[in-house]
Amino acid sequence: MQHTLVALVEDKPGVLNRVASLFRRRAFNIESLAVGHTDQPGISRMTIVVDSDDTSVERVTAYLYKLVNVIQVRDLTAVPTVSRDLAMIKINANPENRTHIMQTVDVFRARIVDVTSNSFIIEITGDEEKISGFVEVLRPLGIIEMVRTGRVTMARGATPLPSTNGNGYHPAVEI
Amino acid sequence: MKKTGAQIIWETLLQEGVEVVFGYPGGANLPMYDAMLDYPVRHVLTRHEQGAAHMADGYARASGKVGVAMATSGPGATNLVTGIATACMDSSPMVCITGQVASRFIGYDAFQETDVTGITLPITKHNYLVTDVHEMAQVLREAFFIARTGRPGPVLVDIAKDAQQASIEWEPDDSPIRLPGYRPHPHTLPADIQKALELIHAARRPVILAGHGVLLSGAMRELREFAERTHTPVAVTLLGISGLPASHPLNLGMMGMHGEAWVNHAIQESDLLLAFGMRFDDRVTGNLKSYATGAKKIHIDIDPSEVNKNVPADVALIGDLRETLGWILESVEPCQHNEWMEYIAAMMGDASVRDIQNLPDSGNLYAAHVINDLWRYTGGNALVTTDVGQHQMWTAQYFKFDYPGTLITSGGLGTMGFGLPAAIGAKMARPEAEVWAVVGDGGFQMTQAELATAAQEDVKVNVAIIDNGYLGMVRQWQEFFYQRRYAATPMRNPDFVKIAEAHGLTGLRVTQRSEVEDAVRKAQNTPGTVLIDFKVEQEDSVYPMVPAGADLHNMIRRPMPSVLVESANDTI
Repeated sequence: MQHTLVALVEDKPGVLNRVASLFRRRAFNIESLAVGHTDQPGISRMTIVVDSDDTSVERVTAYLYKLVNVIQVRDLTAVPTVSRDLAMIKINANPENRTHIMQTVDVFRARIVDVTSNSFIIEITGDEEKISGFVEVLRPLGIIEMVRTGRVTMARGATPLPSTNGNGYHPAVEI
Repeated sequence: MKKTGAQIIWETLLQEGVEVVFGYPGGANLPMYDAMLDYPVRHVLTRHEQGAAHMADGYARASGKVGVAMATSGPGATNLVTGIATACMDSSPMVCITGQVASRFIGYDAFQETDVTGITLPITKHNYLVTDVHEMAQVLREAFFIARTGRPGPVLVDIAKDAQQASIEWEPDDSPIRLPGYRPHPHTLPADIQKALELIHAARRPVILAGHGVLLSGAMRELREFAERTHTPVAVTLLGISGLPASHPLNLGMMGMHGEAWVNHAIQESDLLLAFGMRFDDRVTGNLKSYATGAKKIHIDIDPSEVNKNVPADVALIGDLRETLGWILESVEPCQHNEWMEYIAAMMGDASVRDIQNLPDSGNLYAAHVINDLWRYTGGNALVTTDVGQHQMWTAQYFKFDYPGTLITSGGLGTMGFGLPAAIGAKMARPEAEVWAVVGDGGFQMTQAELATAAQEDVKVNVAIIDNGYLGMVRQWQEFFYQRRYAATPMRNPDFVKIAEAHGLTGLRVTQRSEVEDAVRKAQNTPGTVLIDFKVEQEDSVYPMVPAGADLHNMIRRPMPSVLVESANDTI
């Protein structure tokens, strides 16, 4: 099944490579990987989606912790979360289908962010299912190109990314 | 004070307690080599960078300190790779310092440029690229800290030439290292200790699996106390050898692919495995599906990623072995397992009859005899290094290691050519020790150039070549599993005695068992490195053997010697 891991890492050159190399080296498949800054300077946040069983995810977590630049890892699969993906879709827009596209955009609460005489760029955020549904609706109209960011995820509630119990003995290996 | 980056390197190394480094100069590390002359550090010039890495590794394993290897950029650095991977697999603390082309050339395929941090990323505990002299000291201090703490391992620091040349105002810093993502010292939870105690007290057929962690954490006394108090037999991994004296009545010997039958049977029939600082390597477990299926498992390891990797643990204690065993010893009750010990002892009877030690002297020289004699004539006091292969397994079986840290061998990676350079490094760390490199004729030739290093540095090690004219272990597999089709395993060797002599060293040849003692004595009493070429039986095999991936209890037994079959039948 799909697991969503969130890792806080030091914002240093090569850290993304270390994480990616770990997945390659241990033969785990990354479904999606999104990296960006956090509110804390020097710390980046990665959302990694892997397709594997529970035992394997425990292993991935333990291996991630072995990387010196990885500060914190959490498997958010089993907790209530908000997940978002962002897509930009460039689509053929001619006088005949413009209205139809704009109505569809409204229905999906997407936005048109670039307009030319024969194209739109549409921006949409949401969970992956919603975006995939939107893409399927647009596809017959002629998608020129598309980009998606991959999933970013945050646990619901006021607490920040839950820490380990503070001594590196992370919950994933508790029996 | 004003210092160059190169000077800061040596200042920091001295601060870290470095006394000897092993290395090879070249274009990209010239500045640090030039600065070296002004510092009280012994530099050992190897003949190949692989030798430098193995020497640093051998030095580290013999001393418990961090070993240092140095190389230039490009080919110098890539030549370190085998040694780094060896150290990584066997958790050996090592810092490798490589020169890199000047930072403005990095990424432009400059002469002797290679992406060393990229290449060594999966085989180091951590690595660094230094392009700014201001980071130099801090990075090196972190490197030593990471290498020696927690589960030890190799750290590589790649230093651009311009960072070595640049000068800055600099003062030494000895503030504590802060690495937010590095947790070298996890602590186990009291509730888990309690669970472990319950399993220990309920066990009827327990076996301790003692690994390298016993030696790395210095838990020899705790292991012994625990085993004695709970009356639990101890099986050791290859790297766990010498964690408990071989002569200790509870020490069963080595487990796994070439473990004795009673050891593997005891593991398979146990009801509780206590894994102390070991990682259930495939050479130890055989087929995981049939591995000790009736046993609960308590796994103590400092590295959380080793727990539940190969064998699921019923209780996982993540922490330093010595500390964790200390806590367990506070509350563990004395136990008696006489029935179980008698059962295991009964399994030994048959095996000792098959033992090659009990063969009559047929006039042929058997490796097992050589190694067992070597043990006796060194009084068991020698520090032994090996390569990988048949001679390594015979050493594990027939050299009875009673003193901690006296076997230094390439376990996880199984590196040919490790023995000689590791012996040189070990001798540097422990000059008072009698050091023997027991190597095969194949592995020896991979790093035999380091004889020149031994000669130049006037380091006395003794080299015992177990010379069977084959790549012996591969030949054995070909005999067992490939219908004796000896593809590329026979070796036409040079005259090893002459090779020793060409280096100004002493070479001896032994072809009869009766000559072994004299040769060993002569090696002990001759100054300088001595090489003995033991011409042993060519097609001898290591027994017992669990074929790769087979069930641990399904081993190929030592063939029953025909002269002994009758008496053996009496004893069974």
